[in-house]
This record gives sequence, structure tokens and C-alpha cells, in this order.
Amino acid sequence: MSVHVLAVFVICLSLSFKASSEQPQTVAPKSGTAYASAEIRALQADDTANPGMLWVANGEMLWNEAAGSQAKSCAQCHSPSSSGITAATTMKGVATRYPQLDAATKSILNLEGRINQCRAKHQGAAPLAYESAALLGLTAYVAFQSRGLPRQISINEANRATFEQGAALYKQRMGQMNLACVHCHVQNAGKTLLAEKISEGHSNGYPIYRLEWQGLGSLHRRLRSCQLGVRAEPFVPGSGQYLALELYLAWRAGALPIETPAVRR
Amino acid sequence: MDPAKYLRRPENHVVIYRSRITALRLLKICFAALALSLAGCVTQQANVADSSPVAGLMKGDASRGRDVIMGRDGNCLLCHAVPETGARFMGNLGPPLSGIGARLDSAQLKLRIVDPLLFNPDSIMPAYGRTEGLTHVGKVYRDKPILTGQQIDDIVAYLAALR
Repeated sequence: MSVHVLAVFVICLSLSFKASSEQPQTVAPKSGTAYASAEIRALQADDTANPGMLWVANGEMLWNEAAGSQAKSCAQCHSPSSSGITAATTMKGVATRYPQLDAATKSILNLEGRINQCRAKHQGAAPLAYESAALLGLTAYVAFQSRGLPRQISINEANRATFEQGAALYKQRMGQMNLACVHCHVQNAGKTLLAEKISEGHSNGYPIYRLEWQGLGSLHRRLRSCQLGVRAEPFVPGSGQYLALELYLAWRAGALPIETPAVRR
Repeated sequence: MDPAKYLRRPENHVVIYRSRITALRLLKICFAALALSLAGCVTQQANVADSSPVAGLMKGDASRGRDVIMGRDGNCLLCHAVPETGARFMGNLGPPLSGIGARLDSAQLKLRIVDPLLFNPDSIMPAYGRTEGLTHVGKVYRDKPILTGQQIDDIVAYLAALR
């Protein structure tokens, strides 16, 4: 009898524990900015103080610069000066639809991938290296044109397999520390890791300026840092695994507006 | 450590039920506990410092244990508050360990550090003395436990004294 009572009690206890550990699951997703210190938030909010704006400015310069064997600039197609329409209009909202499935190659492209594809197809230029200042600048410049807009990511038959791969990776324990993304950024968001608040890990501010990096960095670089933190063998920036995670994260961020270039510690 | 005595403790029942323990897992815990005590006898007799994390309890050094807890090797304060260390910053992902020595004995403490997933398969605490069953481990860390057996015993000595 008493054993049964104990068992019921234990089951109730375990159920309540389970429920509370799953509840923070992005009811209304909160941007990493909400978890940052007041100083960092102030730095991000002021365009004349936000260091990420230097990369955006660099990106704007590259946007207008002729490149490759075709000696064409991005602007010549996307925002020709003769039209009087700037990238702020023509590129507005573009970043909200990435990563997306490329119809021609049937592969998932993020903004970086699309920029390099465009270079090859229309400019006759060599791809820019992942994490290079030039690719970060152009990516930040394009994403910046969508600042304030929510992501438009839909999961359909075409991208479902990639999405599922990303969702599985998100829950995959890995590394010597044997941790998955979900353990920190879903189950323990808001708690303190030594002196840092753990955020929900949303991807709406990339590329981001991190004080730790003293520079702008891509989402893939950030994912790599997390993997190194749990002592896992990191994936390669631009790889299929990171692209799958990027798609899953873009979907997971829901209606959070794009904040590029966000500032983090 | 006597496994039967261990399982009689009500707080352990809670942990074990919550983790939806299977007979196999229960057997594994008992076996691990037995291995710990057996290995303890062996190392004591042989009087050799075995660096294997799953070996039985060796003579831990509490002050070295405090260094491991606060240093980069153990990094315990990332998740646990141990106010007795006097550290400025401490995390709260895991339970606070203040007075833990009054709640768990040395063998229980060691087993939880070596492999917390034995008690709760959903635990986010890394297994500090286990190398099998891990995925995608970084090359430099492959087949190496996070801490040596001596480091774990030093931590145990420090924690056991927190009452």
C-alpha cells in the first residue's frame, strides 16, 4: 500500500518536473538582446556606436564595386544608380527568406551561399571564403536591409529533410561534455552559466559583432564556438550540417525581427 | 559502499523513479557500486595510485579538490554554486552544493561525478569519468575522461567535508 502511494507521489513529482523543464520552449521567443546587459543593448541600439556597422559600411562599398571577369557590381543588377532605387528598397525583406532551397541546384543556400553563387553566375568572380571580411560585409549589408522584419520561413516538402536534419542535430548530445543545444538554450535559458545569462540561442542578429571576437562573425562561427565549448569536433563553416541547423534555427526564431548587426558579449 | 543500503534511501528512490530506471540500468548501478568498492580494496592493498576514474575511492586531498572545482579542469562553478569556495561567480544550472557532504556519502558523490546519467538519463551534467557512449568528441579529447581518478577523488574529499 505505502509503496503504491510512494510510486504515485514519485510519478506526480516526475511529471511536474518534466513539465517545468519543457515549458520555456519558446512560447514567445525572446531575442538574445533581451538577455544581454544594458551596456551591450545600448551599443547595439546606436548605429553610430555599434561596431558591426563598420562591416555593413564595408559591405556597401563592396556592393557598389565591380568584380570578376564580367566587371559587374551587385548594384548594377540589384540597385542600378540610374533607377534611383537603392538596395534599401530592392533588398528589403530578402534576408527574411534565407536559408532557402535553391531551385537549380536543389541544395539549401544561406545568404553567404547565395552571394557566392551570384558571384560565380553573374560576375564571373571566385567565391569569397567563408568568414572572410568581404563575405561578412556583403552578408551583413544584405541582412541589414531587412532589419526590423520577421523571418518568412516555411517548412515544406522541398526543405523538410534538411529541416529534420537540423532539428535532430539540435537535440543531438555531442562532445566530451555530452551536451545538445536543447539542454542549454531550451531547458535552461535564463539561467546563469558562471556569470552569463544563457539566451534562447536565436539566430535573428547574424552576422553579429561579439566583444569576445573583437569582430563580426557568422552564425556558423558561433555554432563552432558552441561545439568547441562542449569539446565536440566542430563541423566546417558552410557545411551541410551547419546549413541544416541554420534552417532549423531560422524557423525556431519565429516572428523575431532581424537585428543585424546584433552585438553580443 | 553497500548498494542495498544505498537503494534504501528515499531520496535515491526519487532519483531512480524519475529517470524511469530499467532493470538493466539498476543492475549497472549496482555493478558500478560493487566495482567501486572492490576496486577500492584492490588499490588499497596494492597501495598504487590508479589514475582510472572508475577505480575505488583513493585518498583525496580536499584542498586540491577545491582547486579542481574552481579551475578550468573541473569548471564545476559554471553550473553549481559552492559558496564555501568563496568564488565571486557561480552558475545555477545544477543544484547548489552547499552542505552536500551531509546529504551524500563519498561513494555516492563519486558515482555522481563519474557518471550522473546512471541516476538520470536526462541529466545535463557531463560524466567526468566516462569515455564510452559519447558522440562526435573532439579529436584531442577522444577516449579521455574529463578528469583523472585522482582529481575526482580530490573533489569528493572536498565535497564530503561540506556539512
